[in-house]
Order: sequence, then structure tokens, then C-alpha cells
Amino acid sequence: MSERTIIPFGPQHPVLPEPIHLDLVVEDEKVVEAIPSIGFIHRGLERLVEKKDFIDFVYVAERICGICSFIHGLTYCMSIEELMKIDVPERAHYLRTIWSELSRIHSHLLWLGLTADSFGFESMFMQSWRLREYILDIIEETTGGRVIFGSAKIGGVRRDISPEKMAEIIKKLRGYQKDVRALFEELLKDETVKHRMKGVGLLSKEEAKSLGAVGPMLRASGVAQDIRMMGYASYAKIGFEPVVETGGDCFARCQVRARETDASFDMIYRCAEQMKEGSLDVKVTGFPNGEFFARSEQPRGEVIYYAKANGTKFLERMRVRTPTFANIPPLLSTLRGCQLADVPVIILTIDPCISCAER
Amino acid sequence: MGMLSKSPWVIHYDGSSCNGCDIEVLAALMPRFDVERFGVVNTGNPKHADILLLTGSINEQNKPVVLNIYEQMPNPKVVLAVGICATSGGIFRECYNVLGGADKVLPVDVYVPGCAVRPEAIIDAVVKGVGILEQKRAAMLAAQKA
Repeated sequence: MSERTIIPFGPQHPVLPEPIHLDLVVEDEKVVEAIPSIGFIHRGLERLVEKKDFIDFVYVAERICGICSFIHGLTYCMSIEELMKIDVPERAHYLRTIWSELSRIHSHLLWLGLTADSFGFESMFMQSWRLREYILDIIEETTGGRVIFGSAKIGGVRRDISPEKMAEIIKKLRGYQKDVRALFEELLKDETVKHRMKGVGLLSKEEAKSLGAVGPMLRASGVAQDIRMMGYASYAKIGFEPVVETGGDCFARCQVRARETDASFDMIYRCAEQMKEGSLDVKVTGFPNGEFFARSEQPRGEVIYYAKANGTKFLERMRVRTPTFANIPPLLSTLRGCQLADVPVIILTIDPCISCAER
Repeated sequence: MGMLSKSPWVIHYDGSSCNGCDIEVLAALMPRFDVERFGVVNTGNPKHADILLLTGSINEQNKPVVLNIYEQMPNPKVVLAVGICATSGGIFRECYNVLGGADKVLPVDVYVPGCAVRPEAIIDAVVKGVGILEQKRAAMLAAQKA
């Protein structure tokens, strides 16, 4: 019986730009237990609903996370629109879908880079972030921001994409899709990557369900659950099939994200084909009343917004359940029994977004 | 120009930012902006760093962490407050768990506003920071001679 040692991981750690602290209890090189402590970036922005009115709060919701900012804003808008019975115009739904999928592509490319970096694949890191810049260019051309889009609002969207611009974007995206596909292929066929990822961080289907995993983590364990199947925004119209893998290990999570990124490109093409001219927003009058749960699929998994309104300008309560928070129990379960050197890889395959998790 | 300013080593710590500024800091290292061509190296070790790049605001829990990183850095050192949250608290200023900008606990040398801050602004801030680093080094040498 070897002695137990506690190795602290974070809050300041080179592999993650964000602070999370784990106490890794190790026996020799084997991790016996991982004890998390969070709260380094808790801001308490749910209470801001008391200070910012329900229209202004879209900006705060967008700033919960800088990566899936648009989808946060969108889900908040969805909850308020349901409370106020607002019928969002068709074109706004399509534009929201396009921006959501662009967010997904850039988020998965960002994740690919960080994961490659976690096991020392530096050139993959550089290449994926190089491609990500092109996607950010498209986002900047259409919304004006690289990180915070500011284009979702209650009752519709703030900006339009002209048909000429759309055609230009689709043409560019078709080129980028080839590059992104080649990049993921490179990752998935590499022997070293397989060696580092196959059979590492196993999460069975039953565990994934009982621990409440969401997003690619859940789908890599063979559960076909994706909130886009419910058909919010215009996913029902463009058709959506969830991506499922059955490996349950780090490699399967990479496969899920690779196929999802590819599917996101196709969804943008379908949106562009089906999109018709029309108004972008409807006028919002009155105040919300009642309570509602809005759900949507972020790059990292399912996000839930709970809003409780009392018929005044300010919401009474707002609550967010973000995907990373749901993925922390499965993460701790997969860390148990792994090698110390695999810890960064396992942590990065859940694609952690700590600022989402702590808000 | 001394050795320090030819290749400043930067350490990045995320206070309580929304992640937007952090990914822009990383984006500044990528092929498009590529600050490494100016010799700027992102390090994970505070003992190797000359410049502390702080994003996000300060709260009770990360205060000791930020101070710990700052104290471990060798002199001379420069602090950059990157993003509006690190400058003043920004949109989260009124939140109950936000004490304010980085200057609540550290002597900040360069403020970089923006939400989220652009990579060009970060590069500009590092260049400004290098100038201040050089001044501090000269002052330190003068003090040693005296």
C-alpha cells in the first residue's frame, strides 16, 4: 500500500485559462479521488435582475460566458418571449440559428486547440485557432463583435444579413468546412492521440445518465439527447439529427465534437437556403408575468434558464443551470482511477467553461 | 533597451471574467496576431514572469490567489488590467460578489478597457507595459547604485 499524497491542481494552471481548483488525491501516479472547490469566479449576476430591467438583462445574460455568449442571450430571450407570448418572426429564428451554429463551430475549434495543447500537440492548437479566426471574422462582419455579439434581443434580432452577404459567407464557409474536416481527421487518425485518449476517462451509459451528464459528454456515452431535437429557433424546420458515439471515452468525445462541427456547417447552409425576406423583430409592450423554464443546446450541453416575473419591469428571480456545472459530477467520476498525466486531457474533454459554471 | 523588454514573459490570470477576455488573450498568441514574434511568451509560472495580465474583477475568494501570484513574481514587474471588468468591474460592478477592478488589490500600471477587449488592444497594452517595465528596471538599478 503506497502512501497517499494530495496534489493541488489550479486555480492558476497553465492548461486552463480559467480558475478551477481540484485536490487530486494520488497513490503513486494513480488518482484515487478528486475534490473540487469552485467559487473563484462567482459574480452573483443572477441577482442583477433586481437592478437591471428585463430588456437590459439580455446584455448581462450574454456576458455569463464569452464563448457561448450568443446562446446565453438567446435562451434568456426565449424565456421572456414565452412569458410575454411574443411571436418571433421567422427570419429572426433563422438568423438566431445561424449565429448559434457559428458559435458552436468556433467553440468546438477553441476546444480542439486547448485539448490538443493539453497533451502537447502544439501545432494542432495553432492550426485550430487559425481556422477559428476565420469564423470570428464572419461573426464580426455580421454582428459587429468578436466575442459578445449583442444581436439577440427580446422579440427578435438586432441585425440582418443581406442575401448578397449571405451568399458570400456560404461560399467562404464551404472552403473552411474542408479545412476544419481535414483538421479533425488529422486528430482522429493520429496514433499518438489514440494512444492518449482511447479507453481514458471512461463513462458508461448508465453512469452518464445517473450523474446527469449533458452535451457531447452524454452523447459520447451513447445517449441520444440534444435539446436541438425539441426544435427551438428553426431547428425543427431545417431538420436535426443528434450525433451519438458509443465509446464513452475521451476519444469518443472528440468524435462527437468533430461530427457536430461538420453538421453545424450543413445546418447553416440549410438555413441560408430556406430563409425568406421578412421582418426582424416585433415590438415589445408590457411586462412579463409568470414563470418559465427555457432550454437550449450550447456547445457544451444543455442550458436551462428559469425566469420568474411579477408583472413589473424587474424580474423577481432568474436562475441558470449551465452545462459545465452539470458535467462536474461525471468529471469527478471519470477522474477516479486515472493516471495523473491524464488529468488535463480528461478535464478538457468535458470542455469546461468555469465562468458559466459559477456565474 | 534591455533584455527584459526584448522578450517580456507574461503570466495570465482570470480573476472573475466571463472568459471573453481570456480567449482574446489566447487569440493574441495565435497565428493571426502572434505576439511571440515580438518575444512575448505566455508562461504558467509566476516566478518566470515579468508582466501580470489580469482579466476580470476581484472578489473575496480570488484576492489571495491574485496577491500570491503577484508576490511570487520577481522585481521589476508590471500589472496590466485587461478588459473593463479588471478596470472597474464593468457590467458586473453592482454584483454582490464583485469588489471592483484589479486596482483594489494590486498597483495597476496599464488599464485596457473593452468588452471584450480586442487582441490588438492587448498587444498595445503589453508594449506600453514593456516601457513601464524598462523605467522600473532603470529606477531599481539607480537605487542599487545609490
